[in-house]
Amino acid sequence: MSDESPQPQSSEAAAPAAPPAPATAALEVTAWSPGEDVIEVQRTPAPGPVRGTWRTFRETLRGLMTTFGRFHETPVTVQYPEEKTAVYPRFRGRHKLHRFEDTHLEKCVGCSLCAAACPADCIRVVAAENTPENRVSAGERYAAVYEINLSRCIFCGYCEVACPFDAITMGHDYELSDYDRTDLIFTKEMLLAEPIERTPLRNEGE
Amino acid sequence: MSAASPAGVLAIVGYYEEWWIQVLKALIIFAVGLQLVPVVLLAERKLLGRFQSRYGPNRVGPYGALQPLADILKLLTKEQFRPSTSVGVLFALAPLISIVTAVAAFALIPFGNVQNIFGTPVGLYGLDVSIGPLYLFAFGAVAFYGIMLGGWSSGSKYSFLGAMRGAAQLISYEVSQGLALVGVIITAQTLSLTGIVEAQKGMWYIVPQLFGFLIFLTASFAETNRAPFDLTEADAELVGGYNTEFGGGRFASYYFAEYLNVLVVSGIVTTVFLGGWLMPFGIHPPGWVDPIIVLAKMSLITFLFIWARATLPRLRYDQLMSFGWKVLLPLATLNALVTAVLVVATH
Repeated sequence: MSDESPQPQSSEAAAPAAPPAPATAALEVTAWSPGEDVIEVQRTPAPGPVRGTWRTFRETLRGLMTTFGRFHETPVTVQYPEEKTAVYPRFRGRHKLHRFEDTHLEKCVGCSLCAAACPADCIRVVAAENTPENRVSAGERYAAVYEINLSRCIFCGYCEVACPFDAITMGHDYELSDYDRTDLIFTKEMLLAEPIERTPLRNEGE
Repeated sequence: MSAASPAGVLAIVGYYEEWWIQVLKALIIFAVGLQLVPVVLLAERKLLGRFQSRYGPNRVGPYGALQPLADILKLLTKEQFRPSTSVGVLFALAPLISIVTAVAAFALIPFGNVQNIFGTPVGLYGLDVSIGPLYLFAFGAVAFYGIMLGGWSSGSKYSFLGAMRGAAQLISYEVSQGLALVGVIITAQTLSLTGIVEAQKGMWYIVPQLFGFLIFLTASFAETNRAPFDLTEADAELVGGYNTEFGGGRFASYYFAEYLNVLVVSGIVTTVFLGGWLMPFGIHPPGWVDPIIVLAKMSLITFLFIWARATLPRLRYDQLMSFGWKVLLPLATLNALVTAVLVVATH
């Protein structure tokens, strides 16, 4: 490989607005300088048949050694149904409804703000009055019906933003496949139930 | 016992056995070959996985060991589909040609020399013909009809393109493959494969015939249509090449033939360049170890096949042709010439 390629010298010689000097005419001074921030692509001269064959052979061996290096590494595969990828703390999975921890009353007061905020229109809330005999929520009213159609939900999280009582939050479950669309309509009881945390959470710095 | 009567036979065969031994041997070799194919199939998928930092199949059976069985079962229970544009008889016949030629070539690989088994001398090979490599090349040439007829009779443009590529590729590389073997044959001065192994007692031919070995190996990659020379299949461009229209049992036959061809080529390389059943450094193990040695060396070459498949990208068609004719063929010719000159000069 020859070190003296004419290109770098010619770029130095081609100073901006320099008149073509006859002394450097052999270096092929261009009339227009492309500027200093132009990257010059320099190619080595095409290899001859012998060197080309040798280079192909050598590069083939190099490639083989590269794959062999992967061969004795531990595979990076996550064996999914048995192992699960950890999600981030703010991952938006299946919704959860919450109760107060001390009184065990539902936080949801049936205000339907979540349903109003929902862009996919997948939440259906029917409110009813709390009575002294039947006190369900901490507020004046409670959600008699609270349904989320998870086959329509786009997991945007607007419902938890809209909720004034933090009654609905997005959980971490993402294994939501089912055989029937009607099974994907989650009722209040399902959303209130102690969540089965099947999804591992990412640790800090992970 | 030794009914050696070479008269009236087309080829002079090194050793004659009773007819029942021959039948038994044929059955055993076919059975062994049949059992080796799923092993290679699984090994390839597992090794390809490891080369790419993944596990490969590990769901069916312990460590995925039953995966090839599941694959074969699936393929065999599928519908025998035939495109309406295909040529019926040839479409059915083509996979058979591939499989028959592969099995026929497998018969030639010697797993050991003549040995006494319960007082009966038996050669541990299907055939020991005095035209060994010629027989192999003959069947290699017929095998290409399996691919070409299959691709052509499918009546599909992808299959046809694959078949045409296959034809050109096999013809180009067969020459280099043959010439690479000429060096060995000149040195061994015999065409019998057992004779070639016996001639390697002093030194395996991989040492004096290193170039021949490399050329033969490269050409064999092309002859078996394996990556990086798998232009006849070329999933990315030709869907599946010659086997695009094949499904079910017929596809399984092609698949089987491909892997059996890999085994056959591994066997030939073992026999011709790696000293067959011989051990290095003058170790002489008992006779029953011979087939194990041959199988171990074969698996080494098969590993090389899989390794190359995991590494090298497919060649462009013009690269394939210029490599075959402008690089491999001159090198093979030079190798044969230099070997011939050296053999004449030293004798």
